[in-house]
Amino acid sequence: MDTDNRSNNGSELSIEATLENIEQVTEFVNSELEKIDCSMKAQMQIDIAIDELFSNIARYAYNPETGPATVRVEVEDDPQAVVITFIDHGIPYDPLAKEDPDISLGAEDRPIGGLGIFMVKQTMDSVTYEYKNGQNILHIKKTV
Amino acid sequence: MLDIKKEVNGSEATFALEGRLDTITSPDFENELKGVIDGLTSITMDLAKLEYISSAGLRVLLGAQKVMNKQGSMKLINVNDTIMEIFEVTGFADILTIG
Repeated sequence: MDTDNRSNNGSELSIEATLENIEQVTEFVNSELEKIDCSMKAQMQIDIAIDELFSNIARYAYNPETGPATVRVEVEDDPQAVVITFIDHGIPYDPLAKEDPDISLGAEDRPIGGLGIFMVKQTMDSVTYEYKNGQNILHIKKTV
Repeated sequence: MLDIKKEVNGSEATFALEGRLDTITSPDFENELKGVIDGLTSITMDLAKLEYISSAGLRVLLGAQKVMNKQGSMKLINVNDTIMEIFEVTGFADILTIG
């Protein structure tokens, strides 16, 4: 990943990965987005991405228990972009390994799995995953 | 947060959604739907004040659409640009009736 033009003033939230905490994570990220000139549309898309990604961590990373997660927000300049990193040390899981759902199927045959990560891939500029030092590390980047 | 306004007249129901249809709120909406969907021939969902919808919300809409395909019809009204774009990128624009 390109880190050359990353500013050093990132903010971080460490929190128990539970569904109830999605709201707190969203508020944390939104408060960071409010410091920059982020469009409402980009903010909505980022909020949806948080819902999809943090709910995955809450449900599966430490299943059947829960554990901690860290969410980091960094802002890049020129072009201005937001990079949000989700880190957990649960079960290794690469959400990008999943095949995209067939979105051309009718209602009856429409698969429901994989839709969340697909939406994130469609609305963010990039989504990257790495497993490092026992941690799942997922970056999403959105030009704002 | 999600505010659900429900109006049932005989076999027709209207749901007006305000707020966010996401991981936390979608089960509430699903329960509201389940409580009344038996015997309905028409469902209208007014999404004018829906701010966003995540895949959890799409699942509920898909489930309702499947039921209504068998027993009547379902349509979504006042779909704003943000929500419409989500329907488009997920292919839901093709399986939901948007008018």
